[in-house]
Amino acid sequence: MALTVLYFAWVREAIGTGEEVVTPPAEVTTVAALIGWLANRSDAHAQAFADRAKLRAAVDQGFVSLDASIVGAREVAIFPPVTGG
Amino acid sequence: MIRVAVQREPIDLAAEIAAAEGEGAGAVATFTGLVRADDGVGMLELEHYPGGTEAALTRVAEAAAARWSLLGATIVHRVGPMTPGERIVFVAAAAPHRGDALAACAYLIDRLKTDAPFWKRETRGGEAQWVDAKDSDDAAAAKWD
Repeated sequence: MALTVLYFAWVREAIGTGEEVVTPPAEVTTVAALIGWLANRSDAHAQAFADRAKLRAAVDQGFVSLDASIVGAREVAIFPPVTGG
Repeated sequence: MIRVAVQREPIDLAAEIAAAEGEGAGAVATFTGLVRADDGVGMLELEHYPGGTEAALTRVAEAAAARWSLLGATIVHRVGPMTPGERIVFVAAAAPHRGDALAACAYLIDRLKTDAPFWKRETRGGEAQWVDAKDSDDAAAAKWD
């Protein structure tokens, strides 16, 4: 199923786009697995995702840990730790 | 009443405080965050997650309203480019008495720092750099768990 993936801050800059629509295979069921699958799309993706400890995620606009499910999700965002306020 | 805003325009302090005071409260506690000129920062840019940011700020404000006896909770955050001295964030909590207003105000700013999708990029002497998250912010947010 089509999934919108959003990138922010230096993740967006490293990948070169803020948004892409992808169709991951059925066995990709978690954020971590999605990141692993996306890393194969290009060298830029691989580089952006090289250090998983620096990545955070949201599924359908709610913050989650990287082991969270993406089954049925419409939108996944991948980004660095937040620095607002 | 909960008011959440993410805006590129400067924060109008007088208007925001007046709105918070209009809740019929006996106490309004507010916090204003300003852009610091740390180590020669000339410009600060704020990126955010449109839609996701408003949802996250609403969750923070609703959690405060569930925890304390509040008549109002306000979070206003600027995005886009800013210069040192400008207001970047404003929060307010309105309550019948000061105890709940002060505690909820502290909660709103501590939580939004870790629970809302904003990213800061500083420019010093023409060179831009993403700001790293601070462990002290995680610790400040965790004390409300």
